[in-house]
Amino acid sequence: MTEKSLHIDWIACDGRGLCTELLSELLERDEWGYPRALGYGSDVPVPRQLQDAARDAVALCPRLALTLS
Amino acid sequence: MSEALWALGRGTGVISLILITVSVVLGILTRSGRPAFGMPRFAVTLVHRNASLLGSVFVLVHVVSLFFDPYAELRLVDFFVPFLGTAKPIWLGLGTVSLDLLVALIVTALLRRFIGHRVFRAVHWFSYAMWPIALAHSLGDGTDAGTVWFLTLAGLCTAAVLGSVGWRASRVFVEFRGTRGAEEPA
Ligand code: SF4
Repeated sequence: MTEKSLHIDWIACDGRGLCTELLSELLERDEWGYPRALGYGSDVPVPRQLQDAARDAVALCPRLALTLS
Repeated sequence: MSEALWALGRGTGVISLILITVSVVLGILTRSGRPAFGMPRFAVTLVHRNASLLGSVFVLVHVVSLFFDPYAELRLVDFFVPFLGTAKPIWLGLGTVSLDLLVALIVTALLRRFIGHRVFRAVHWFSYAMWPIALAHSLGDGTDAGTVWFLTLAGLCTAAVLGSVGWRASRVFVEFRGTRGAEEPA
């Protein structure tokens, strides 16, 4: 597995917080409930051990705001 | 054999109603973006999805078993085109309408990634039509509709859905409403 990156589409995201639950090691919620990765913007590198959780987040995001590439 | 099919058709119909009710309530909860019943948000979404899929399986068994039951007098066309039935055409027709809506809901939900969020959401709004139509079908067509237990169940399902819809329409629905200000729930 190569290094993957989680892309957050800010127009689609509604800050529902599913991804921040599944990827709590990676993402935190800002004061409006939107995901935030310290030091990164809309493309967040996903470490190997979190790739399954990232895939779940992509599948479950109610707004289809996440892509993993 | 026919007795068994009849019983199966009845039982699966009732279970479908329960599962679809659970699904609608959890769908509204999913939309709120809140954790619920001790489950985190992603689990609410998962249970919403699984209750919907399981409910659809029960609906499938419901219609197939009654199709093979000679007393129900179902024809293939009654699966797709409403109000053509021989027995109680109106009430059966409502079942057909909710079946068609359910198929549309499930297919668009499963293909969400390919059809995009807009289409998915537009079709998903039809859940609010599908549920009452399915309930009406169960009350009008159901063999058990007149019994106390079924009316109690139907009352509980109605209370659950009306309660959720009322909450959905209220101002406290969306999480972070305080920090997000006067955001429109859409
Ligand atoms: S799950 Fe989707 S909508 Fe919710 S916060 Fe994450 S990216 Fe945004």
